[in-house]
Amino acid sequence: MTSVLPAWLRARQQAAQQRYESTPTPKRGDEQWRFSNIKQLNFENLSGKASPADAADLISRSVGLATPTAKFVFLNDELIHSESSLATSIICLPLAEAFEKHSDLVEQHFMKQETRLGSAKYAALHEAYVKSGLFVQVPENQIVEGAIEVHHWISGGVTIFPHTLVVTGKSSQVRVVDIFHSVDTETSGLVIAFNDLSAGQNSSLDYIAIQDLNEVSRIISINETSTARDARAKGFVLNTGAAWARNESLSRLEGPGAHSDMLSVSIPDREQEYDQRTYQHHVSEGAYSDLLYKNTLYGHSKTVFSGLISVDEKAHHTDAYQTCRNLLMTDDCEANSMPGLEINADQVKCSHGSTSAQISDEEIFYLQARGIDPTRARQLIARGFSVEVVERLKDESIEALVLSYIDEKFNGIAKD
Amino acid sequence: MKSTTLDISARSLQINNLHATLENGTEILKGVSLEIPTGEIHAIMGPNGSGKSTLSKVIAGHESYVPTAGEILLDGVDISEMSIDERSRAGIFLAFQYPNEVPGVSNANFIRAALQARLPKGEEIDAVAYYKSLYEKMDLLEMDRKFTGRAVNEGFSGGEKKRNEILQMMMLSPKYCILDETDSGLDIDALKIVAKGVNAMRSADRGMLLITHYQRLLDYIKPDQVHVMAEGRIVKSGGPELALELEEHGYDFLKEPALA
Repeated sequence: MTSVLPAWLRARQQAAQQRYESTPTPKRGDEQWRFSNIKQLNFENLSGKASPADAADLISRSVGLATPTAKFVFLNDELIHSESSLATSIICLPLAEAFEKHSDLVEQHFMKQETRLGSAKYAALHEAYVKSGLFVQVPENQIVEGAIEVHHWISGGVTIFPHTLVVTGKSSQVRVVDIFHSVDTETSGLVIAFNDLSAGQNSSLDYIAIQDLNEVSRIISINETSTARDARAKGFVLNTGAAWARNESLSRLEGPGAHSDMLSVSIPDREQEYDQRTYQHHVSEGAYSDLLYKNTLYGHSKTVFSGLISVDEKAHHTDAYQTCRNLLMTDDCEANSMPGLEINADQVKCSHGSTSAQISDEEIFYLQARGIDPTRARQLIARGFSVEVVERLKDESIEALVLSYIDEKFNGIAKD
Repeated sequence: MKSTTLDISARSLQINNLHATLENGTEILKGVSLEIPTGEIHAIMGPNGSGKSTLSKVIAGHESYVPTAGEILLDGVDISEMSIDERSRAGIFLAFQYPNEVPGVSNANFIRAALQARLPKGEEIDAVAYYKSLYEKMDLLEMDRKFTGRAVNEGFSGGEKKRNEILQMMMLSPKYCILDETDSGLDIDALKIVAKGVNAMRSADRGMLLITHYQRLLDYIKPDQVHVMAEGRIVKSGGPELALELEEHGYDFLKEPALA
């Protein structure tokens, strides 16, 4: 498809390219990259040449929800399949098409916030090269039942820049699920993904990302959410795949009654490393945010969590919570947590905490005393640990989908 | 109780001269001998610290205790070398005094996993039959259906936890049940419901051991034998009347021989 990019986008892409070049690469000692494996930011091993992939095969492998409301499949940032039963009043288009047909609307919302959690350089790279992804705009009072499902396939050798931009009008509702897959298990690729979520007044916006790349690929994924008065935004990330994943998630609470849930489940094994940075930014008074990140670490894996709750001067009556819990399944794994608070307002209820623990012998004893062997007992307890987060999605079919990836990961670990 | 002419000599849970220490070497069980034939309910009473709960954990295979001598025979087979889960699958059930919480694992899935562990590889539980059986037992224990979906013991009251132990026991249908202080923390109504469950499990094919501090439980579950445990040994055995005696006189009589 040849499309003419709008002038505003061309200008921004040029500027972004310059910004990418002038922004220094993160280095050891940078606070926002503390405990990170900076070596993962060397992308020179990518050939830039995509390994072959069979689109028809990938479409048949793009299995997700039983009945998605709309479904899109991309291979290396090219749309290879789409279907939709959405009402025509709802805009749900591949981004390339949306640039063309809804240029002004996209411009209003596209990458509005400043990337402040460390990956500004890679956000600039994304902006310079983005060409694909999804744009969803739900008009006032429209409720989208079910969920929109998007599969992003990457073949080895290349970098892709998938973008998901979701905008909900007043009192509307939508759920979007992004699933990131690798075509094969051997060739490495790089994903620099961005999701922009803008929840309008009294609307409900759920965004679910399932990251199941192969274990030689890497991903930087940047989430920016803004939540207006009385809006409810829910962001969830599942990490099961990739050699290295960096998730940056920023939620801005912009109106009283705004509610933001920030959720994550990560199950690294072997040498996998997940590095997560979060920011709960209370701009408005009377808003609520609640973050729950859970990591279950196997093998020699490593996680980093760094979270900040920031309450602006006028954001009185803020409720903000942040919890990171690590379940250590081996002696060789490593979990790092750096919770933080910055409060500049009054009458604020905030809490933050992080814990790291192993499964206790007493817990195992109870399950074993019911006849369950210790390996299975540990797996059940670990699964339950993740389920507590998944249940907060409050949507049976999405929970089942997320759990299917979690179970697949646990089954793989059991076979090792 | 009439028995068949089959060899019933081996149909028992038999504990012979069992010694066990803590990992630091402190001896808790100092030679316990006890036989619970199928068809019978035995009670062990005794003061705090007498080793009652330790005995139940050692039978179940808890690894914080080191068995140093003696044997545990399940229908004539020594289970001392078996792991905790093997003992459970062989037919031992321990109802916990303080049941653990298992966050994120629903009660229904938990019990199902326990039943699944008893099936040969590749065989699956029949879901319809499973729920039918589960609901029947929950009804008997007056447990609301919502407990199937709730995480195991999480946020349960003391009484709900104990009922849940009995539910698991009923579902797993073990040969020998050991109930560790199941009556503790129960009000009288909850105690009656728990007793109803236990009495429903009474069978010629099953032996039970009730560990309790108080006689109260035995008003609702009639034991065939009562044993008194003190300082790591069974010091006295008798019929149900022994429990009443203890209730009246307390455990002080245990000290008398030493004073005399």
